[in-house]
Order: sequence, then structure tokens, then C-alpha cells
Amino acid sequence: MFNQKILVRAIALTFLLPAAAKANDSNELEALRAEIQQMKQSYESRIQTLESRLQTTETVAGEADKKAEEASIQASTRPTSSNALNPDISLILSGTYANRSQDSNYHITGFQAGGEIGPGTKGFNLGESELGLYASIDPNFYGGLNLALAPDNSIGVEEAFVQTTSLPYGVTLKAGRFFSSIGYLNDQHAHTWDFVDNPLAYQAFLGNQFGDDGIQLKWLAPTDLFLEFGAEYGRGRIADTEGRDKNGGGAGSIFAHVGGDLGVSNSWRAGLSYLEVSPKDRKSNDIDASSIDVSNSFTGNSKVWLADFVWKWAPNGNATNTSFKLQGEYLHRKENGDLTNAAGINNYTASQDGWYLQGVYKFMPYWRAGLRYDQLNSGSVNYVDNAANLVNSNYDPKRISAMLDFSPSEFSRIRLQVSSDKSRQEATDNQVFIQYQMSLGAHGAHKY
Amino acid sequence: MKQLFKVLSLSVLLVTAQSAQAALNVFACEPEWGALAQELGGDKVNVFTATNAMQDVHHIEAKPSLVAQLRKADLLVCTGSELEIGWLPVLLRQAGNTNVLAGKAGNFEAAHYVRMLEIPSRLDRADGDVHPGGNPHIQTDPRNIAKVGDALSERLAEIDAPNATFYQARHKDFAQRWQEATKRWEAQAAPLKGMAIVVQHKGFPYLEDWLGLREVATLEPKPGVEPTSSHLSEVLTQLQHQPAKMVIRAAYNSERPSQWLSERAKIPSVALPYTVGGSDRAKDLFSLFNDTVQRLLDAAK
Repeated sequence: MFNQKILVRAIALTFLLPAAAKANDSNELEALRAEIQQMKQSYESRIQTLESRLQTTETVAGEADKKAEEASIQASTRPTSSNALNPDISLILSGTYANRSQDSNYHITGFQAGGEIGPGTKGFNLGESELGLYASIDPNFYGGLNLALAPDNSIGVEEAFVQTTSLPYGVTLKAGRFFSSIGYLNDQHAHTWDFVDNPLAYQAFLGNQFGDDGIQLKWLAPTDLFLEFGAEYGRGRIADTEGRDKNGGGAGSIFAHVGGDLGVSNSWRAGLSYLEVSPKDRKSNDIDASSIDVSNSFTGNSKVWLADFVWKWAPNGNATNTSFKLQGEYLHRKENGDLTNAAGINNYTASQDGWYLQGVYKFMPYWRAGLRYDQLNSGSVNYVDNAANLVNSNYDPKRISAMLDFSPSEFSRIRLQVSSDKSRQEATDNQVFIQYQMSLGAHGAHKY
Repeated sequence: MKQLFKVLSLSVLLVTAQSAQAALNVFACEPEWGALAQELGGDKVNVFTATNAMQDVHHIEAKPSLVAQLRKADLLVCTGSELEIGWLPVLLRQAGNTNVLAGKAGNFEAAHYVRMLEIPSRLDRADGDVHPGGNPHIQTDPRNIAKVGDALSERLAEIDAPNATFYQARHKDFAQRWQEATKRWEAQAAPLKGMAIVVQHKGFPYLEDWLGLREVATLEPKPGVEPTSSHLSEVLTQLQHQPAKMVIRAAYNSERPSQWLSERAKIPSVALPYTVGGSDRAKDLFSLFNDTVQRLLDAAK
């Protein structure tokens, strides 16, 4: 800018000075000088005006740039519509085709199981379709509802809970209906299972999966090692029972989980849990001494111990191409109460256990293969006055399952599973399942 | 049960008593933000980086170790734009740490501070792995690192007010060195301007925007979908009338698709470090870009 000023002055002088030299009249010279002076002033003032105008334009342009950038940043983060505050909706569509060598009259020999268990009906069925709605409620609470759509057109409330998000010191309080955090598999939704069905031990002792109406307190220790403790207190709605209609509750549990990494490729978690529940009128299918189907009903006290572990491996922690997951759980149940059937009400005690071990290997992108072995130990059962009617056969139910699944994206999975199910002493059920599981809507984030 | 509660409450008391901490705990979702936090925070911060350069940050297990680390974090530094949506929400819910929840000062999303590219005009999972907020791989442009650095240093000063002047001084120093380095990289990479490239995953729009690279094809048929042989053949045919100089992938990507194309199209296959730790030479943010530019220049020869 300064250079421009000098340039203009120089040009003016170059043109005007020779003219001035030629002028003889001093008056004329004077007039010329004045004229030059005037021109000089006029140019300077014009240049100054131009300069200031340029400066203003530059500032305005800079501000406009800044505003445009801010606007683009804001635009990218601003919710697009008024329903942006609606909860996350996630719909799981799942369907199964089952081919089985035995009838659907399922029971586990020697175990008073109860609940919705067994491999389900033959042929096509809707499986475990689920609708979930989840959102933060306010700065203090998070809540969710998960509805299970059953093949018979009924809708069950699997979970409906609220959970604190603002308690200090790593404490979380949950209330409502939710899957208990005992064991490893218990609080996982069906669409995250690695096999079509839950292990036999879960079916025999927890009615497939224990979800209750109650409260849960969890505390995460502030340590590098993952260390979580929790306790639950609830109604005791185990295995399709109603729970206790009384002041207080019908179930209590405590659990501890510990976990960490081994290098960058391995991670693990292990846990120990204890559940005490008082089922009322828990119905279970059984057969009596003369091989006739009977229905028993248990009311009493049930104590369950669970030990669980899971280990996951992926090279460098990158599971895109290869990964391996090994998990196992051991469950022990001790029961004491009354067993009611056609023969009347009689005292019943049992101490039984069971376990499973499963491995799932991802051998190439999208493809996984898995193997699971299940076993229940008949343990000690005392039917007391019912002994003539119900016989303790000392039979240990077993099952072995193999699966292959294909997940073209994280939202879809197609699975083939074959099982040889020896839950019933009298018959081996050879099962083939083909299942799809698709996830629509909000991007789910899965638990470990 | 009563005894358990006693033990629990006692432990809570013990922990609160010893919670006077020396350094600010930073939980970084990605190595580049871990490195940035370290540059800006020096010895006043204790940085934990949740993932490494060999992992696909879209798909991370919500591991117990991550929950435990997030539990004690004072500041969470992540990319955002739904890059971590498959795992971070679970960690946040399990960790029970109120400091780092969304909306709190301890929750820092880098994508808020840069101009996002590739914001989809329609949202449909049929289009593959779509990010409504725009492409989240913002770390491949050093100008973005500078912008995030500005915002992060302000955030550090806000959370750890007693050390505010310390962070400001470190930031001033970093910003200056970074600006100089960026100019140097730009000068070095000038010959790359307008160069046609093929990318394996749509993870480089910011690098392309910065260096003026021209992306002519993608090996993944759709974002997040592994390359198929039929799509690779299409790309190969396309390259015959629209040649490209090289095929680029991130360190964590499988090398096979790039290798396949490289052999048939007779163009070099380049693995870029993508983030800190993605190559032997990419030890910090500066060497990350040194190495990135160097690898591109080497391949373009």
C-alpha cells in the first residue's frame, strides 16, 4: 500500500515537473505549484479512502469466512428435526427353522426346570424378535424398554428399567424389570448369543434366563483391573413364575466380576455369583415311574451358585479377520420345598449342578464356527413321599452343538446349528436349526 | 447380604479418601488424540489410549480393561461422528463415571471442531457403514489436528484450571511447531497435487482434501464392506481408462485387496500409518505426517 502511494506521487511529478520548468512566468509557476499541491492532496486523500475501504472489506471477508466455518460446524452437529430427541429404537428381527427328530414335549430328565425352555416348536417360527427403545431421560437417568415378540402373537416385557447416570464413585442404581447380572450369559439378549439356544444349565436352573422386577446396585472399583460388585433384590419372577406378592422381595443376588487384558491380543473376564430365590408354583414337565407325562409344581427355596469366565483373543485386538472366544460357566442349585403333582403335595430336596464350555472361532471375515458342550449332573434328589411316583434315575443330561454363522455386516447374521440333545433319558433329539438375526434402527453397542 | 453392603461402603470410603490425584487422567479413544493430549498436557496428564493403529476403530470390544480405565478418567477424548458408536456407549454406561458423560466438560469430541466432509445426503444402511455426521477419519489432515489441538488445550485448561497457564504455554509452542511442520509437509507434497489414487476404505477424504489428491476408486464396494472379487475386477477395468498412481490403505486394513490390485494394475500399494503407531516411524504426531508424506512421495516416484 505504501509503495502504491510513492508510485502515484512519482508518476505525478514525472509528468508535471517538465511542464513546470518550461513556464517562465513566476505567477504561472506559483499557480502550477498550487495545482500540484492540490492534486497531491486529492490523490493522497483518495488513496487513503481506498486503503481504509480495502481494510474494511478484508475484515468483513475474514469475518464472513469465520462465520461460514462456524455455520458449517454448527450445521453438522445440529439435530435435523424435532424428533431428534426420540429414544433410540432398535428392532431385532429373528426367525428360525427347526428340524428335530423328537416331539416338542420337552423336559430335562431328573430336573425340575420350569419356564420357557427347550428347543421350541418344529418348522418355521419367529424366534426371538425384539423391539427396544432406549434413551437418556435427563442428566440423571437412562431408561429402556425391550419387548419380546413371541411366535404366538403375544408380547412380553423382557426389560423395562431406569438406571442412574449421575451417582458418584462408580455407583449405578437400576430399577424396574431387567435381566440379572449374575453369570456371564444371563444379562445378554438373545440376539447376541453365539448359539440359537441357551446352555442346558441355564435352562434347568434359571428357567432359561433370569429377569426380575426389582433393584440393582452396582459398584465399579477405581482400579486398573476391572473389578465390579453388585447386589440385586427383587420379586423373584424366576422361570415364568409370578414372584412373591408380599412386602419385601422374593429374590436376592450378589455378584462380582473381574477382568482385564493379557497383552494387546487377549482379554478376559471371570465372575462369581449367588442367587437365592423363592419360587412359587414353578411348573415343570416330567415323566413319572410309569413313563407318563406329568406336570410338577415347586414352591420353596432355591439357592444357585454361578462361576463364569470368558476369554477372547484377536491378533493385535483386531477381530476383522480372525478371533477366538472361549467361555464356560458352572451352575449349582440347591432346592428345598414342596413339589405338587397328581399324587399330592410332598417335600422335595435336591442338590444338582451343570456346566457348559463353548468356543467360537472366526476363521475369515464374516464367518464363524463354534462348538459347545453341555452337561447336567443329576446330583442328589430326594422326592421323599413322592419317591414311588417320581424316580431318581441318576441320569446326566448332555448335549453337544456345532454352529456356523455368516454375518455380512454387523447388522445381519445367518446361522446354521446342529445339536445332539440328550436332555431326555429316553430319546436323543437330533436338531438342525437355521436362523437369521437382523438388527434395524439404532446402532447397537454390545456388551463384552 | 448385609455384610457385603458393609464391605462395599467401607471400600467406597477408602477410595474417596485417597482420591487426591497427581495428574489428569485422559482416556483417548484413538492413538492420534492420545498423542495430541500428551503433546498439550506434558507431565500434567496421564494418557490411556484405548485402541491401537492395528485395530479397526469401528469395531472394538467393550473390554473390561476399557471400562476400568474409563472409570477413573477425568477427560475422554474421542473422534465422535459415530466412529465409536459400537462400543463407547456401553463403556460409558458401565463405567459409571459422571465426569465423562456426553455434554460434560470431560467429554471431548474432536469432530465438533473441524469441517466435516462427506456428510451423507441420505441415511440408509443399504449404503454400508454410514456416518450421519460425516466421514469421521479427520486425523489424516494436519490442519484438523491443529484445530482440535486449539480446542483440546482450552478444554484441558477448563478442566484443570490451576494448570491453565501451563497448557496455554504448551499449546502455543505446539501450535507454532505444528504450523511450521505443516508448511514443510505441504511444500514436500506439492508434486502430489492432482494425483489420482485408489483407496481401500473411504478413510482418506481429509488427506485428499489437504494434498489435493484425486480419489478415482474405492476397493470396498460400500463403506465397511470387505472388497469382493467382482468389485475388484470392476475397479481394475475402470483403471484401464482412468489410471491411478497408487492404491492406499490404512495400517489396520488387510493387505490382500490392495496387493491384488497392485499386481494387476501395476501400481504401487501403499500402507499409510493412518495414526500414531501405524508404522515403525510414526512414533508421534510429527513423525506420523513425516512418514505419511514420505510414503506417498516414494510411491509416486
